Amino acid sequence: MDRGISPHWRDDVLAGLGDIWPVMLAVAPIAGLFGALAVGKGLSIAEASAMSVLVFAGGAQFAALELWSYPVPVAALVFSTLLINARHVLMGASLMPKLGRFTRLQRLAGMFMLTDEAWALAERRALGRSLTPAYWFALAGTLGLTWIVSSVLGAWLGSFLGDPRRIGADFAFTALFIGLIAGFWNGRVAAATIAASGLVAAATYAAFGTPWHVAAGAFAGIAAAYLAAPGPR
Amino acid sequence: MSFDTATLITILGMSAVTYFTRIAGLFIAGRLDLSGRAKAAFDAIPPAVLVAVIAPSALATGWRETAAALVAAAAATRLPILATIALGVGAVVALRALT
Repeated sequence: MDRGISPHWRDDVLAGLGDIWPVMLAVAPIAGLFGALAVGKGLSIAEASAMSVLVFAGGAQFAALELWSYPVPVAALVFSTLLINARHVLMGASLMPKLGRFTRLQRLAGMFMLTDEAWALAERRALGRSLTPAYWFALAGTLGLTWIVSSVLGAWLGSFLGDPRRIGADFAFTALFIGLIAGFWNGRVAAATIAASGLVAAATYAAFGTPWHVAAGAFAGIAAAYLAAPGPR
Repeated sequence: MSFDTATLITILGMSAVTYFTRIAGLFIAGRLDLSGRAKAAFDAIPPAVLVAVIAPSALATGWRETAAALVAAAAATRLPILATIALGVGAVVALRALT
């Protein structure tokens, strides 16, 4: 199989752009909200922008803001990021057999842009034809640029916004996360996960405060999923 | 351009662990065979963490926030994320203003 640039790279770029634009429309306002809330939490525009460039993972970035305080709880923030993004390992493993036309460098650079959305679209593309670097970088790179530009704009606009509580923006995280959690709904196992994590996290928060509630709730939710799932004990 | 040292270290740490999760799958592809309960537990990590993060705000702040969280949860069953946010935030603003 030939590697690197395919003779049909222009078609692949256009196909990538065609698949990603509806996702861009959905992601741009969410990235803007991230920037605005980051500034509301006390991050500078440069810091908020750097996080969108270097981390580029929405769920983990919003979770970090929710947990953010000064002095910065560095270890808790990095640990919660690792937990939330652990799912990338499975996505990368499922994509690997489809990356035959990527050089090693293209694989390592391309995976920097791995997101839930790009992964889902690439998997769908790989059902019908081979996955090319042109398709992947057009798809994932455009989504990355959208995330970064909208974050910067949101942070800049947010610096004029004032107290986020006045317009209920402090609750935007909670509502956003409820929307994200709904995307993982799969019936009984999800119900057990949500109930166990929510109750244990709230109780731990009441007893010990932040940030212990994250690890305690997460592990309770994971254990509940293990117990609720069908299978041999 | 202003950067706080602890903030910068945190962002770099978040970036490093995230990139690790993004490339780790390339190296274990074919050797990772999760099924049954182990797969269910792994799949449950993102919702478990997300629920834990918002539990203090949704369940341990006050009845207005808990009620607004229920409004958002009902919206999330059939509406896109931005509409869920709008209804949840609208509910909390209305409840705080009225009571």
